[in-house]
This record gives sequence, structure tokens and C-alpha cells, in this order.
Amino acid sequence: MNYLKTGVAALAASVCMASVAAANTSVCLITKDATNPFFVKMAQGAFAKAAELGVELRSYAGKFDGDHETQVAAIETCIAAGVGGILLVASDTKAITSSVQQARDAGLVVLALDTPLDPIDAADMTFATDNFLAGELIGAWAAKTMGDTSDAKIGLLNINVSQPTVGVLRNQGFLQGFGIDLGDPSKWGDETDSRIVGHELSNGNAEGGRKGMENLLAIDSGINVVYTINEPAAAGAYEALKALGRENDVIIVSVDGGCPGVADVASGVIGATAQQYPLDMAGLGVAAIAKAVETGEMPAATEGKAFFDTGVGLITDAPVAGLDQLSVAEGSNLCWG
Amino acid sequence: MSEATDQVDGNLPEDEAVAEFEEQGGLTSKIAHFLHNNPAVVPLIVLLVSTVIFSVLVGERFFSPFTLTLILQQVAIVGIVACAQSLVILTAGIDLSVGAIMVLSSVVMGKFTFDLGLPPGIAVFFGLSCGLLIGTINGVLVAYVKLPPFIVTLGMWQIALAANFLYSGSEVIRSQDISTQAPLLQFFGNKITGGGAIFTYGVILMLLLVGLLSYILSQTAWGRHIYAVGDDPDAAELSGVNVKSTLISVYAIAGLICAFAGWVLIGRLGSVSPQAGQLANIESITAVVIGGISLFGGRGSIAGSLFGALIVGVFSLGLRLLGANVQWTYLLIGILIIVAVTVDQYIRKASA
Repeated sequence: MNYLKTGVAALAASVCMASVAAANTSVCLITKDATNPFFVKMAQGAFAKAAELGVELRSYAGKFDGDHETQVAAIETCIAAGVGGILLVASDTKAITSSVQQARDAGLVVLALDTPLDPIDAADMTFATDNFLAGELIGAWAAKTMGDTSDAKIGLLNINVSQPTVGVLRNQGFLQGFGIDLGDPSKWGDETDSRIVGHELSNGNAEGGRKGMENLLAIDSGINVVYTINEPAAAGAYEALKALGRENDVIIVSVDGGCPGVADVASGVIGATAQQYPLDMAGLGVAAIAKAVETGEMPAATEGKAFFDTGVGLITDAPVAGLDQLSVAEGSNLCWG
Repeated sequence: MSEATDQVDGNLPEDEAVAEFEEQGGLTSKIAHFLHNNPAVVPLIVLLVSTVIFSVLVGERFFSPFTLTLILQQVAIVGIVACAQSLVILTAGIDLSVGAIMVLSSVVMGKFTFDLGLPPGIAVFFGLSCGLLIGTINGVLVAYVKLPPFIVTLGMWQIALAANFLYSGSEVIRSQDISTQAPLLQFFGNKITGGGAIFTYGVILMLLLVGLLSYILSQTAWGRHIYAVGDDPDAAELSGVNVKSTLISVYAIAGLICAFAGWVLIGRLGSVSPQAGQLANIESITAVVIGGISLFGGRGSIAGSLFGALIVGVFSLGLRLLGANVQWTYLLIGILIIVAVTVDQYIRKASA
């Protein structure tokens, strides 16, 4: 096993090693909630990998996205249970760090999934999508699809007003990819480019997506490019556009790569989406903990990044020159629920 | 509506007569009496004034057929749920499970069509039955087991929501699949347009429902019994009202209305989304309270709830068009809630 380096090679190896030698490790998975399909699939990926490796997996979740207290209680339970490590999708990335430190002091390996802690090194390692890159890809695709972007009228549908980092990264990545000056890249809403019609909120679901899109259309009915935080929000935005008969002359881009979202790319609802890989996140995380418990070796970050990048794929049925893109068929094979 | 409250007042003829006699002179008490008898007037004034203010501040983008009918579309679901909530609150109860019943019913309609392969009409029937059944269970627990409505519906909220997520697996049924295979589910998303105005069938259902319930509450025995039970259940019982069956029927009808809201929800979203409607209980209570219905029961009108929902819609969209931070909307709605309840308390005291 002297070829162990970093990144994928290390993890591929860890999977092999862990599968023989991690029989008595147990792992906790703590997600933001148990209802978002993203976390439902993540838990499935973790359970599948745990079963394969013979690792015991305990799954916990907040009652709702933002439920910090339940996550703290889950970490305390996992410390008390003496598990080998914790996979954590944190709701409150700052406040959770003291509990994470307790777990690490007690000898547990703590890996952040999907959402980096603040600071990022509060966890032993982070397995996540590069959300800024995800945004950049769909932004660049939208700009190339438009060609001349001087007449662009951009509406952005974010998560909520508290601007969680995932949402800021995707939003700002999109604007950067589209070719718009960001101002302060750590928040959205401070850009001065007149092509931006507005930033609205969607709560990341179809209901919020429809209302947010309606609000944007009330501000300027000539919107022709719409960024959405995820595919349910995009589907809601599409319904709002359809109600005005404008669904065919607006470019909608999104992030996630869930199976309904990829199907929406195929049927023309979404122009392009940046796909993430939550099953990999969870599977790689379980394997990494098993290996760290077994050998003491921690997973390494992707070169040039502060976290382990689980990858992102740009899916569209209208490819443009100069970008790596996956077809809808390829995206469907990789989609997660 | 005034007839309805007159009927309630009719339960206490002596008190009413004495009070009116003694307070004949004061202007404020006259106003209090007028508001007592016309509980929808205050929210109507607030609605009209706020619409005028936003029309002046924002201009044509707000005061246009498109935007004004957009507000109707945006409040349609909360407005329908608020009708259900109004019935329950008029009996001095509260229903925290309305949003969960709505979403579960919509999921039943979608899953029965796509997983069980039933014709959409049958699936809709089962979805509506689901709402009716849950509402009936709420009513039985409140009326016969004598549990507080807050506790019953707090529990039912969790049960229905959990059932929704367990049954649906959190998975969305896509709009495109529904429109090709079961367009009936999207029935309430159909629309009538003209001159920039857009009226979805969901909006029309809301307006019809408000009209129908206003009539029922003011003109039928059942409607008057609801006010009587909310005002004083013991007195209602003594005067021959079957309090238990009235309560059960109110919660059952509320559940059925929520199931209709679930059908309208599919029309609005296009898709069947198990994540939707999470705040419908709070939003409907907000609309009802701003609409001047007393949380102590027995006073208020369905039209007031509609105005309450519209006030929230006007503030939300108006402030967004002004470019204000969304938190200002929440802040102002919070103030409106407290003011509305203060006004209610004042009216109760002044006209007692």
C-alpha cells in the first residue's frame, strides 16, 4: 500500500483496506433533517457503504434544517456510545464547533459532509461539493448559451435571508461564471451590475421557487436568465414563468443533480444543472472513518483546496463549446433520488 | 356577517340591551359596538389603506391588474386554509394540523394516481377523504375525549407530517409527469386571463369558499351553532345546541377544506411536493387573527380572514417591490398581529 497519496487514490485504497479490517468500528451520521431528499439519499449511501464494510452506522437528524440543539444532543449521544467517528452535516456551522471539539477530544474522528464548518478546520476533514465551482459552471454555461450577455436580465432565487455559505457560494459562483463583478464574494446582494434584477428567496423548494419567481417577475417581467439554488426551486420558478407563457424564452440554471432535476433538464424545464454526489460523500466518509480508526490515517484534502472535493458535473442537453459537460443520459446514471 | 354576530349577541339579550343603553353617549363605545357587529371592517380598512400606500410608493408596478391578481394567487392557499382555521377558531379552538393535512392529502392524490395507478378522479376522492378523516379524528378527540384543541392538533400535526414523509419518501412527483398523465390533479392551476389580470381556478375556489361559508355561518342553524359553541359552550348546550356534534363537524369540515387546499397546492406548484406547506398553520392563524377573528371564539367573520390573508400578501409583495429586506415584512406582520389582538381585547371590553 505504498502508493497511498491523496484524494481519490487514497480513498479507493481505504475502501479496500477498510472492508477487511473495520468490523468493530461504528459510525454516526448526523444530517440537518431527515426529510430533504438530499439527506435521505446521503443516509442511504452511508448505510450501503457501512453494510459493505461491516461497519455499524447510527443515523441522526435535526427535526428541521436549522435545528442546532438536536444535532448537539446527537453528538453527545455518539460520544457516550463510544463510536469511532461522526459524519456531520451541520445546521449551525459556527455554534456546532464546540461540540465537535468535545468529540475530537474524546478521540472521535469528525468529518464534515456537504457543509464546511466555520472555521473549516474545526472538523478533521470536509467531504463536499465545490459549490462555488458548481455555480461557476452553470454561470459560464448560461453566458455561453446567451452569447451576447449585455441584454441579460438576471433573477436569482436563493435559499433564505440568513445567507448560508452553500447558497452564497453557488450564487456568487454563478455570477462570476456569468461574468459579473461580485463585490464582496462572502455575501450576495451587494453587486452593482444593472443586469441583476434581484435576489429572491425560495427556501429551496417548489413553493418558495414559484413565489420568488413571481416576485422577480413583478419587479421586471423581462427577466431572461434565472439562477436557482436547487432543482425544486427551479421547478417552482418554471411554473411561475409558465403561468405567463414565458417558459420558453428564459434560461433556468440550477444545482443538485437529483433524478427529478435531471429529468427536468431532459424536458426543457432546466437548461443546465450542476450535479453533486451525496452518495459518494457519505460512502467515502464512512470508508474514511473506518480507515482512520483502523490505521490512524486521516483523509487528505484535494490538492489546492481546503476540503476533499467529491466532484461536480455539468449536465445539459444543449452543450456549449469550451466546457466539460455530461449528457442527460450520463447525468441520469449518476443522479441521486 | 353582521347578521351572524347579531345572532350570537342574541344569546345574551339582557346584557346586550343594558350595555347599549348605558353606553349610548360615548363615541368610542359606539365605534366599539360598530366594530363588534362588523368585525371585518378593521382588516378591510387596513387592506385598502395599505394597498393605496404601496400603490403610491411603488407606482404602476404594484397597482396593476397583473400584480394585484398575483397577490390573490400568492394568498390563495393560505386563504383557503384560513377558512378552515376560521371555523375552528370561531369555536374557540385552534388547528395546528391544517398544513400537514393539506400536504398529506396532496401526496395521497399524487401517490394514489402514480403508484397505485388509480384514475386521477378516484385519487382526488381519496385525498379529500383523507383530509375529512383526519379532521374527524381531531373533532372526536376534542369533543368526546375533551382534550384541548391545541394539544390534539399539535399531535396530529406531527402525525400527519410524519405520515406524509414516510409515505412519500420525501420524493417529488414532477409537474411534467402530472400534466401528461393526470392533468386533473393540476385542475386548480388553470386560469382565466384578461387585461393583464390572471385568476387561477384556485383563486376562484378561495373566493367561492369565502362566499359560501359566509352564507352558511350567517344564514344556517349550523353556522349559528358554531358561534354559539365558541361564545359559551355551556349556554349553547342549555339552549339545545348539540355541542359535541357541532365541534366534530367543524373539525371534519376544516380537514376537508385543507384537503381541497392540498389539491389547489398541486395546481400552484405543478408538482406534488412533500416539502410544501410547512408554515401553513402559522400563516393561516396569522391571517385569521389579523382578520379580526377572536381567538377566544364566537366573534369574527370569514371575510375578515380573507382580508387578513390579503393584508399579509400586500405587505409581502409591496415591500419586496420596494426592495426592502424581507425581515421588514416579518416585523410589520408581527406588529399587525399584536395590534389586531389588542383591538379585539378592546372591543370585547368596551362592548361587554
